[in-house]
Amino acid sequence: MGSGDPFGNEATQEVAVGMGGIRSAGDLVLRMQLSRGMKIGQAKEYVAGKLGVKPPELGDCSVMREIRQDLDIGYPMPDPGAAKGIAAKIRIADLLGITINSVEQFKKRSGLS
Amino acid sequence: MQKYFTRMGDGSGVYLDAEAIGQDLKEGTADAARRGKIPELAKDELDYLFEVVTSPVNIASVERGSEVVTSSDSGAFKINYQADISMDRATAVQVHEKVLAADSLDLGNIDYSYKVVKAILNDEAKVMENVQLNTIMPVLYGAMPNLGLYTRPDGPVDNWSELLPLGKIDEARKAQEEAIELAVKDMYYISGGMFKAGADGMNFDTCGASGDADVIAALRAIEKVKKDYPGLGVEMGMSGEFIIGMHGRLEYGGTRVAGLYPHDQVKLAEKAGVNIFGPVVNTNSNMTFPWNLARAVTFIKACVEAANIPVHANVGMGVGATPMSPVPPSDAVSRAAKALVEIGKADGL
Repeated sequence: MGSGDPFGNEATQEVAVGMGGIRSAGDLVLRMQLSRGMKIGQAKEYVAGKLGVKPPELGDCSVMREIRQDLDIGYPMPDPGAAKGIAAKIRIADLLGITINSVEQFKKRSGLS
Repeated sequence: MQKYFTRMGDGSGVYLDAEAIGQDLKEGTADAARRGKIPELAKDELDYLFEVVTSPVNIASVERGSEVVTSSDSGAFKINYQADISMDRATAVQVHEKVLAADSLDLGNIDYSYKVVKAILNDEAKVMENVQLNTIMPVLYGAMPNLGLYTRPDGPVDNWSELLPLGKIDEARKAQEEAIELAVKDMYYISGGMFKAGADGMNFDTCGASGDADVIAALRAIEKVKKDYPGLGVEMGMSGEFIIGMHGRLEYGGTRVAGLYPHDQVKLAEKAGVNIFGPVVNTNSNMTFPWNLARAVTFIKACVEAANIPVHANVGMGVGATPMSPVPPSDAVSRAAKALVEIGKADGL
């Protein structure tokens, strides 16, 4: 994305072509692109395989909300007691089988590793 | 004769008939093909773009299942500094995540250059640490190589923009080479600090703003960062569609950098270790949206076909067929996004 008012650019682009971030599985797919350089199709296949869904369902917020709640990996409008922030990312790293830098730094600082 | 509502490259509305739209689509793809020495879009692709442009809906979108992901530049200051809302950057990141459904974001300083951040790295790192504790999506740190800042009177090296008009070509080249060394050091230093702060990655943004030396500095810095911090993802975003030869002789891996278009730029990015590449295609505000759309899609399609890494097409105001306006019209923005994903096959925006 880029500059321009957030409604005209960011909101419009997400509505038109975006996966929807933590509303669905956009953050997980992006993680595979950033950590492994996967193209979009490959990254979707990978995440879908880990979640046990079909790739088109990754962008469906009704499907993904239930999955994210069950796995407790963070979601918008969270219930009390749900994993947030770094707690959710610890679970995501484990789920996707990747190293998340902030999780590693957190473990070091908290004496968990 | 029926006329269709569309836009000019500056976002203003215009009514065009089918013949004019078809002609602009053809001329747009031909212009990209001629400049980039890449294939023009096929007739069926141009026909599809015609349908996208003339569709009567306000917002166009992709088919279910064809959605892509989004990364960003601007350092998480679109809401606070740009939209003028009193809000700190760490909160703005959470708004992008939980309200605007962003897939990732970059955090950055309002003076969005690595050289500037060097002096305030400790404070920037603390913001990144807080952001990482409170967010779920990937958050990168972003800034520009911005080689021009290393020139006098702001920086320590001679100013090549003053030397070149005087015909002092050798001196201008030497100054750029000195600036590259300084910029690489700064970008590497800040990347190390952000790694320790828990950043998911670094966004080397607007590369090439000061010409080919600017790109070389970014590529060399990325190479060093990926060697010493392999867990740090790297996104490289460009400043324009064409790398200007302010130096003219600089090479990366045996390839001259000046004059490269996106499909060649991405190969250098891959060589340096980039994970996500962000090509730019400039919007010409004097031409129509159909002309800019066909041109942008032609360049992006060639870049994606050449790439082994994901390509996130830049679609901020004034690039990627997005009109050059601080409030880009949603009809044009959504059509540009749809076409870049469906015909350009972009892996993200």
